[in-house]
Amino acid sequence: MVDVTLAPTMRRPEKIYSAKATTDTRLLVLAPVAMVLTELVLGWLRGAYLTPGATTDGAVRSMFSYDATSLITLGTVLAFFVGHLAPVNWLRDNLFSSVGNAVMTLFGLILIYGMLSGLFGFSVSHATWTGDNGEACRPNSGACWPMVHAKFAQFMYGRYPDGERWRVNLTYFLAAIGLVPLMIPRVPYKLQNAIFVFGVFPIIAFFLLVGGVPGLPHVATEYWGGLLVTLVVASVGITASFPLGIMLALGRRSRMPLVRWASVTFIEFVRGVPLITVLFMASVMLPLFLPPGWNIDKLLRALVGVALFAAAYMAETIRGGLQAIPRGQFEAADAIGLNYRQKMSMIVLPQALKLVIPGIVNTFIGLFKDTSLVLIIGLFDLLGIVQQNNTDQKWLAPTNAMTGYLFAGFIFWIFCFGMSRYSAFVERNLSSNEKR
Amino acid sequence: MTIATDHRSTPEPAGGTARPSIASYIYQRETREIIFQVVLVVAIVAFFYMIISNAAANLRARNIASGFGFLKNVAGFDISQTWIEYSNVASYGRAFMVGLWNTVILSAIGIVATTILGFTIGIARLSSNWLIAKLAAVYVEIVRNCPLLLQMFLWYFAVLKQLPEPLSRVDGVVKSTSYALPGGALLNTRGLFVPKPEWLPGAGYVLLALIAAIVGVIVLARWAKARQLATGQPFPVMWTALALVVGLPLIVYLLLGRPLQFEYPVLGRFNLSGGMVMLPEFVAVLLGLVFYTASYIAEIVRAGIVGVSKGQKEAAMAMGLSKGQTLRLVVVPQAMRIIIPPLTSNYLNLTKNSSLGGAIGYPDMTQVAGTINNQTGQAIESILMLMAVYLTISLLTSGFMNWFNKRMALVER
Repeated sequence: MVDVTLAPTMRRPEKIYSAKATTDTRLLVLAPVAMVLTELVLGWLRGAYLTPGATTDGAVRSMFSYDATSLITLGTVLAFFVGHLAPVNWLRDNLFSSVGNAVMTLFGLILIYGMLSGLFGFSVSHATWTGDNGEACRPNSGACWPMVHAKFAQFMYGRYPDGERWRVNLTYFLAAIGLVPLMIPRVPYKLQNAIFVFGVFPIIAFFLLVGGVPGLPHVATEYWGGLLVTLVVASVGITASFPLGIMLALGRRSRMPLVRWASVTFIEFVRGVPLITVLFMASVMLPLFLPPGWNIDKLLRALVGVALFAAAYMAETIRGGLQAIPRGQFEAADAIGLNYRQKMSMIVLPQALKLVIPGIVNTFIGLFKDTSLVLIIGLFDLLGIVQQNNTDQKWLAPTNAMTGYLFAGFIFWIFCFGMSRYSAFVERNLSSNEKR
Repeated sequence: MTIATDHRSTPEPAGGTARPSIASYIYQRETREIIFQVVLVVAIVAFFYMIISNAAANLRARNIASGFGFLKNVAGFDISQTWIEYSNVASYGRAFMVGLWNTVILSAIGIVATTILGFTIGIARLSSNWLIAKLAAVYVEIVRNCPLLLQMFLWYFAVLKQLPEPLSRVDGVVKSTSYALPGGALLNTRGLFVPKPEWLPGAGYVLLALIAAIVGVIVLARWAKARQLATGQPFPVMWTALALVVGLPLIVYLLLGRPLQFEYPVLGRFNLSGGMVMLPEFVAVLLGLVFYTASYIAEIVRAGIVGVSKGQKEAAMAMGLSKGQTLRLVVVPQAMRIIIPPLTSNYLNLTKNSSLGGAIGYPDMTQVAGTINNQTGQAIESILMLMAVYLTISLLTSGFMNWFNKRMALVER
């Protein structure tokens, strides 16, 4: 059973890590146990099982390799003799407070060692750094970085024409100057800022990216790809799902039974099925539902599917906020004679939305990750391009797939982790405002 | 929630004789609500009428007959993994059932595995061991913030597809190149080969012994509780139960001369033979689902344990319960109440996410339905079938969990 911290109060009183000599003999007992265990685990991982074609008799020989033993011996001796140093007390309390704890610490160290050496080996020491094609990467067991270098523009823009890529960059730039002040709580003019981001910017972005006006040649969406498609799908999904979600959430809490049923049916239906089926529906059935002869852009189909899907989840998040608003607020709004629209837009929603900002951001994170599913209906988002790249004959190498996924995964991770950190920041900010 | 008083209704005229005008009806809230709902219904009906008539016209133009008659036709395609009998001369309906079983079994295994992993990591995040807590936190932050599809691709294309072939032939000598895993399993690019259990006559008695042991444990637990309530003397139920559940079937197993044996995968001349094979697609989808969902479950578990108020733990300690007893009798039952609702939705998410398996070639329901749709053009029917199954699974699971949740909540008094 893993040791669970029950409560800070139940622990031993807080230690002051003073320069006090540790004559703890537990270290002396633990060291040999640790050595044997580490050796067994390492040997088991390395020699006994994970070698291709290993046989049982070969396994016994490779069970002990002694390099871990020497490392741990050194560490223990050092720890024992430098025992009067404060950090050692910290170590003892947090890592070696009991035999079980020490075993877990060792397990953790082995895990970290395995992961870091694997990651370092793959991405640095065994990696290929230069080359013009897959030939250079094939003999090495590490990452194929020249492939990422050569394909970088493709990963970012897809087949968006070279000469027009400044338009994509300009769009990113405009988005950044709109979003950054919006996200910093202290910056004033939030309303105007929001109008720019959600009202003006989408129109500018549409004309910049699609073109078709004098000076900006038309770029069909089939040329879009890579991170551009990921960001377009995510941001359109986010922008469209927000108002839709508010409407559905209000609908679900409406007094009118038919409105309520319609909202509940939509929300539960969409939430009950996987995004893929919604996307399939958008890509296969949407053309069927339009009058004969009409055609609808492939990207637009995906956008419709993603927006409707996200709206249902958004609605449930916002409903949570609506439910948390005390009844008195509704009654007070009624009492001063506000109508429904005024009551919701001026009293209830501002409070409800503020409460559920973390939930909304989590929905956005989910949506951002889910954009990778559009590759299944034939769009080339970041993951789609990386995936397609795996079969490129010029860069064929066994480690290409891993390199591409690590690269794409890192980009996705930066966005999602950034959003989750922001959500945590807002949450802290809100709760400190509450306390005041 | 809303207020009954209607501030908009026309004030009573002074004489009390004049009838309210039509305009006053229109301004009444009830009237407006009725008008709004009628408009909504008309709009919905018109919307569905439009899309259905358009779809009918489109289908006519493409010469596709609507209806589920096509399910009886011969499918003509193979499916790489089948739990029920299937061949390419079976019907489309049968093919869909194969996909359904693939989804259900994948989800079931996934849910069990992800629960174990998720709870372990969630508890590890609260460990007093600094290193373990940090490791668990890093795991959660990395895995949760990467798309599931990317993780499945990584497992499939970058890990499993890069494994060695089962064997190599040097100068006519066949040599195994699979990774040997503990327990006699072999891993190579063709999949995970695991020992196959063989039930010899008498295996039923082992099962019977297991059931008897479980019944015995229940009886024992009741007796122990009654005794403790009466006399205050505790009984080591945990250990006895463990001994019973493991021991009794083991004794029967040994007495009957080991009726359960395993057939191990062995190296043949051209391929591995014997054992059970789990396709690499299956393994990759499972790994992706399990690791991804576990990162969410870990957070839920952590929140659940943290959510039990400090006073409860302190009270338990004050009563002299040991750390383990506090955890088992006070913390866990209360934490479970917080944990179960979000846990349910994550089980559902896992089931729905298993539909991503199609992207790496695992023949789950979505992928089979996609193939059927490609071959027959019956897009509406295939998607309706898919959605019907997913909705049923969703409703069943949430129904079951609501029931379970209600039972847990009753403990609250």
